[in-house]
Amino acid sequence: MTRIPTEAKPKGRLFEPKLLLGILGVAALLALSLFTGVYDIFGAADGAEMFAITRIPRTIALVLAGAAMAMSGLVMQLLTQNRFVEPTTTGTTEWAGLGLLSVMIIAPSSGLLTKMTVAIAFAFIGTMVFFLFLRRVSLKASLTVPIVGIMLGAVVGAFSTFLALTTDMLQSLGIWFAGSFTSVIRGQYEVLWIVALVGVAVFFVADRFTVAGLGEEIATNVGLNYRRVMLLGTGLIAIATGVVTVVIGNLPFLGLIVPNIVSMVRGDDLRSNLPWVCLLGIAITTVCDLVGRTIIRPFEVPVSLILGVVGAAVFIILLLRQRKHG
Amino acid sequence: MITLNAVHKSYSSEVSIGPVTLQIPTGGITALVGPNGAGKSTMLTMVGRLLGIDAGSIEVAGYDVSSTSSKDLAKIVSILRQENHFVTRLTVRQLVGFGRFPYSKGRLTTADEEIISRSIDFLDLGELEHRYLDQLSGGQRQRAYVAMVLAQDTEHVLLDEPLNNLDMKHSVLMMQHLKRAATELGRTIVIVLHDINFAGHYADYICAMKHGQVVEFGSPAEIMRDEVLTGVFDTPVRVVEGPAGPLAVYY
Repeated sequence: MTRIPTEAKPKGRLFEPKLLLGILGVAALLALSLFTGVYDIFGAADGAEMFAITRIPRTIALVLAGAAMAMSGLVMQLLTQNRFVEPTTTGTTEWAGLGLLSVMIIAPSSGLLTKMTVAIAFAFIGTMVFFLFLRRVSLKASLTVPIVGIMLGAVVGAFSTFLALTTDMLQSLGIWFAGSFTSVIRGQYEVLWIVALVGVAVFFVADRFTVAGLGEEIATNVGLNYRRVMLLGTGLIAIATGVVTVVIGNLPFLGLIVPNIVSMVRGDDLRSNLPWVCLLGIAITTVCDLVGRTIIRPFEVPVSLILGVVGAAVFIILLLRQRKHG
Repeated sequence: MITLNAVHKSYSSEVSIGPVTLQIPTGGITALVGPNGAGKSTMLTMVGRLLGIDAGSIEVAGYDVSSTSSKDLAKIVSILRQENHFVTRLTVRQLVGFGRFPYSKGRLTTADEEIISRSIDFLDLGELEHRYLDQLSGGQRQRAYVAMVLAQDTEHVLLDEPLNNLDMKHSVLMMQHLKRAATELGRTIVIVLHDINFAGHYADYICAMKHGQVVEFGSPAEIMRDEVLTGVFDTPVRVVEGPAGPLAVYY
């Protein structure tokens, strides 16, 4: 029998010309973000200083938060083998919020670091609760999973609201939850850099997550410690979500729409997709933030509002596509 | 060689498997057959360490599957269960590449790439290698998964109903591929089969199970007999001489 051997090609190269275009596009958006705002940074005497205090931090925050939430969604979707899962459809964000609220009630004077640690811990516990629940009921059927997650999130959110009501914290809760980049200024956003470390970690274990996405049995078959990878993934998601929730607030649907769009175009190989997921996450966050900053100038609309509208629309489109494909 | 020594697994007071004591010889295809609920898949899953055992021991090539690390076992035995319904959007080549995970941990070397190519060609997937799994038919996808476990390059390959969802033509092709893997690549293949005639024709050994016990083990000539099959399947079976060997007739 004669068979022409298949050419051995290296798989999914990381750096390709198209990626450069993507980077340029995002860079242009970021430049736009830097020069958008009410304050006249060129005319005013302290323009340069204002630029350094508010515009640069805000733009960096957009990059870090956008990339982190998109990445969290991607990892979560692989671990649960479900395309509709992300931190805001599994209750992770609500748990982080509950953690934050608990600190504000119990120890109002504690610093950012304490708030963040508790938020991360709560996010981790909440995500584990969700994953354990999924294991028990083994509802891999696509739509049930996010519905259960959203319900879980709603219960936790309701509890937070009740807590806030009884302790007169409702207003702070509202401000914290409405994800917004308005208050990002120098000296208050720097902890966001932690999510950059999470990004590096995800990149290093990317193949493990992709294998886990093939299911527990296949993962075990190739010698992967499935449980350890689940724990690691949950930890990384919790850190990213916790930090972003504390510094920025709720960024709904970002982790849902970005990985789905990337997957449609480029498939599910995590390692070669990661740069694209980050770029698209940054781009969508930046565009939504720009819209939020300009539509009711000189005031601002929280970015979560715009994201919610855009995300909901994309979510519905995805649902309809899924139905068509059966 | 796969050795099961008094293996026992119980689900409830009524449903249990074993104690099973069995030796599956090295080389060739061993088919697990039997009625529904006989415990074929469960036994295969336990040999592939995806399911723990309650008592007894299982050794694959001399390694105890409960005490050997999963990482090391991945180079000795591979197992493919029936297809799960979540379809990752990986290309065929990427999927097969993950068969090399036990060796490369994802960083594929040139040698890995060659093994992947060989595996893909072995199952005639060359033209499909850059297609996404969700663009394939059930049979093509099944072949891609088999290519993945072959790329894992383990001496022992366990397959749970690889003919599920395959039509006549593709079932025959799959069995021919597996037969070649056993003879040309020297693999020891254990498969769960539903169709006794496929087992009778392609397998080198047949292991018949019933109520969680191994009731018969032998060559196809020994198993493909009226009284043996009638006993195993609890339904009248007559074996006739067909153009290509014995055929079980049960309808």
